[in-house]
Amino acid sequence: MNIIIAGDGKVGSTLTRQLTQEGYNVTVIDSDAKVLQSSVERYDVISVHGNCAAMRVLQQAGVMEADLLIAATSEDEINLLCCTTAHGLNPKLHTIARIRNPEYTEQIYKMRDIFGLSMAINPEKQAAAEIERLLKYPGFLRRDVFAKGRTEIVELRVDKNSKLLGVRLADMPGIIKCRVLICAVLRNGSALVPNSGDFTFQENDRIFVTAPTKDLTILLKNLGIITRRVRQVMVCGGGRVSFYLASALEHSGISVQIIEKDYDRCLDLSGMLPNTAIIHGDCSDLELLESEGVSQCDALVTMTGEDELNMIISLWAGSAGVPQVITKLGHASNRSIIDSLNLGSVVCPKELCVNNILRYVRAMQNQTGAAVSVHTIADGQVEAMEFLVDENTKHCGTQLKYLNPKSNVLLASITHGPKTEIPNGESMYHLGDTVVVVTTDRGAIRQLNDIFA
Amino acid sequence: MNYKMMGRFISQILFIEGTLMLPPLCISLYCGEAMAVKGFVCTLILIFALAGIGYLLCRGAPSAFYAKEGLVCVAVCWIVMSLVGCLPFYISREIPKYVDALFEIVSGFTTTGASVVPEVEKLSKGIIYWRSFSHWIGGMGVLVFLLALAPSGKGTGFTMHLLRAESPGPDVGKLVPKMQNTAAILYIIYVVLTVLNVIFLVLGDMPLFEALCHAFGTAGTGGFGIKNDSLAGYSPYLQNVTTVFMILFGVNFSCYYLLLLRQWLGVFKDEELRLYLGIILGSIVLIVLNLRGYYDTLGETVRHAAFQVGSIITTTGYTTTNYDLWPTFSKTILLCLMVIGACAGSTGGGLKVARLLLLLKGLRRNIRQMLNPRKVEVVRNNGKVVDEKVLANTNAYLAAYMLILFILFTIISLDGYSVGTNLSAVLCTFNNIGPGLEAVGPICNFSIYSDLSTLALTWGMLAGRLEIFPMLVLFSKSTWSRN
Repeated sequence: MNIIIAGDGKVGSTLTRQLTQEGYNVTVIDSDAKVLQSSVERYDVISVHGNCAAMRVLQQAGVMEADLLIAATSEDEINLLCCTTAHGLNPKLHTIARIRNPEYTEQIYKMRDIFGLSMAINPEKQAAAEIERLLKYPGFLRRDVFAKGRTEIVELRVDKNSKLLGVRLADMPGIIKCRVLICAVLRNGSALVPNSGDFTFQENDRIFVTAPTKDLTILLKNLGIITRRVRQVMVCGGGRVSFYLASALEHSGISVQIIEKDYDRCLDLSGMLPNTAIIHGDCSDLELLESEGVSQCDALVTMTGEDELNMIISLWAGSAGVPQVITKLGHASNRSIIDSLNLGSVVCPKELCVNNILRYVRAMQNQTGAAVSVHTIADGQVEAMEFLVDENTKHCGTQLKYLNPKSNVLLASITHGPKTEIPNGESMYHLGDTVVVVTTDRGAIRQLNDIFA
Repeated sequence: MNYKMMGRFISQILFIEGTLMLPPLCISLYCGEAMAVKGFVCTLILIFALAGIGYLLCRGAPSAFYAKEGLVCVAVCWIVMSLVGCLPFYISREIPKYVDALFEIVSGFTTTGASVVPEVEKLSKGIIYWRSFSHWIGGMGVLVFLLALAPSGKGTGFTMHLLRAESPGPDVGKLVPKMQNTAAILYIIYVVLTVLNVIFLVLGDMPLFEALCHAFGTAGTGGFGIKNDSLAGYSPYLQNVTTVFMILFGVNFSCYYLLLLRQWLGVFKDEELRLYLGIILGSIVLIVLNLRGYYDTLGETVRHAAFQVGSIITTTGYTTTNYDLWPTFSKTILLCLMVIGACAGSTGGGLKVARLLLLLKGLRRNIRQMLNPRKVEVVRNNGKVVDEKVLANTNAYLAAYMLILFILFTIISLDGYSVGTNLSAVLCTFNNIGPGLEAVGPICNFSIYSDLSTLALTWGMLAGRLEIFPMLVLFSKSTWSRN
């Protein structure tokens, strides 16, 4: 498959790395020759220098033979023009544009065909949606949604007060009293898929649990994680993510405070968010946070433009006893160091954006039997894929205990209509079901039949 | 200062005024009122002569016209218009003193409705018509009328200064891109509503002449009655029709424009309109509760209460009953309504509901900021952020309003009437309402005051109608200095 990536910034280069690793033919366009040079030296790609919205540059990049164009420059307008032009040249082309300006959201949605867009991605909005999901169930570090929101893989940390500490996998159902599946455990930076009942949980393990969405509350309750509804959220920094988050939370009746140090931005925010308290002040001043009542908040979200500041505020808030802390990081390249700190949930908008695009690419890869969506969990070491059972799928209606799957593959859930089942030996899947498969072997599973040895 | 351009505007205004004086002249001719005919003819000759001279002198005016010129031009136009417009009263000897005649016509143009005439029914028909018609002219504003007629300025924006200076409200804007069309839309709505009012009155068996005079008074929210007892002698149906139309003319005209565009939700959600109707309803309920036992039936109580509340809040000033005899609580409510006034962008006067809304919201914001000095909060109206400058202007307006109120109050207290009389007299003229309480109450009139007080109140009426600032800049040194 031929892919053109327009814009070789942070998102562009991460995509380049991932997509070349997975064996696609990638062409990179950028107007900065130096950036291109370093990309060509690091990855197996060709580069085109120029303005990616110009027809001649697109033609030079081989738009006529391309299958997918990803426009991820820093300018929304250029991204749009790039996709519209490329789609005009090659109507069969799939196009993905990164559009960040909230003012364009509505028209992008309504005029997608006119713009020739297959998908528009707004990283900040996705990050806000992710944070909102986390705030709805305090206690989970991360939530990945499958089967149209009926199944989830949630991430939990086993800390020293956890009820799971020292518990054997076989004894776990007695504690949590609902059907869930531990699909991966991240211990000391490496992921493992527990498959024997003797597996014992240790402190600082991060566990990935598959559960039907409706059972999440029971899970949290029985694990002794207080599920007090979040009512009061403090947000440090008033950037775009903060705006999206605050407007979503405002909508669901949660009171939000935003602390921002630029006065004009405060005025803007105050104009856009009628029910949010906007405080003008510097978040690095911890006394200010105290005087604004951080200790009464149910959650603190640090979203200033500086990663270091976000981390420091989050560490301080964690030690000060704020029940839930969420940290936004712009660059999350060194996850193992970040994970060694108690930062609460970490959200990285660029990473979310890259994951979203990768999901689209993989789903495009082979249209029949391909994964509906692909999520990477456990710091990218584990893949969770959602498949639709179709006519070509083998072993329909056979109990799982008679089947012989690959050793590093786990069938995590089967969703049949509105019902989600966590499978055991007697379970089986039928035509039309949605199944979620978890594997540590990245890129090996392309379609559902690949899970069998 | 562009004197030539102002001269041109003044001569145009005079010409319009002269034209508008023709119908009352015809009525006087038809009724054979010799003195009135003499008054109108003499005035018309003077007006057209002045307009002609002004036009000849002010040819080729430079087109530099800014906020300062706009404010001064509006003030001077209104003063000249009044000085000339009162001449028929004076020349026809129906109001023998020039100061009183001036008070009467300013009361008309500013839609106040306060009168110095003891026996209204003795006036001749032409004079009565001119007196009521002055309400209709002043309600929407003569300069707006001029803007609707003449494509002034040829695409330049200076006409905005005129609209802003003459139209009531804290934040005046155009409805459509072209000023001429904006002004025309306003006048079309105005005319249509007036005609509807006349039709409803005629359907209630009111003679056409009386219906016209009353509709003019209602439309401009003026309040000159043509009977000594205002509307008390008419049937309940006619009183109710007038109540409804008074309240309708107190609504911001841009709401009607939104209705024409079928934007129902915008009208329904308009915060000013909601507050305005809320205040009316609340006041009626309180007064009805307070008036138990004053009238025979509940229906009659509600009718009088609704009429009086509608009449006072829209600053019309018609009466169906002598509310001076009501209990103190009810009178106090009416006094509060006098200050509040109608909606911005209507023909009514007073502080305006929109300003009240902004003042209250600003106050709430300031209290919150006092509790948390770092909190940043904007004031919003109908979901839109209100510019800080508008808020500052509104506060300045309140300050100017209070200042003028006290100065006028002090001046007229020289005449020695009671505090209640004087306070209500100032409130009623400055807010363009009409009848006040006690010695200037519904069954009395303003002829009791001396010439000095009459002139002060005359100035106050103009200041109230033109939203203070145009009348204040006349006294500012920097208005008349060269740079």
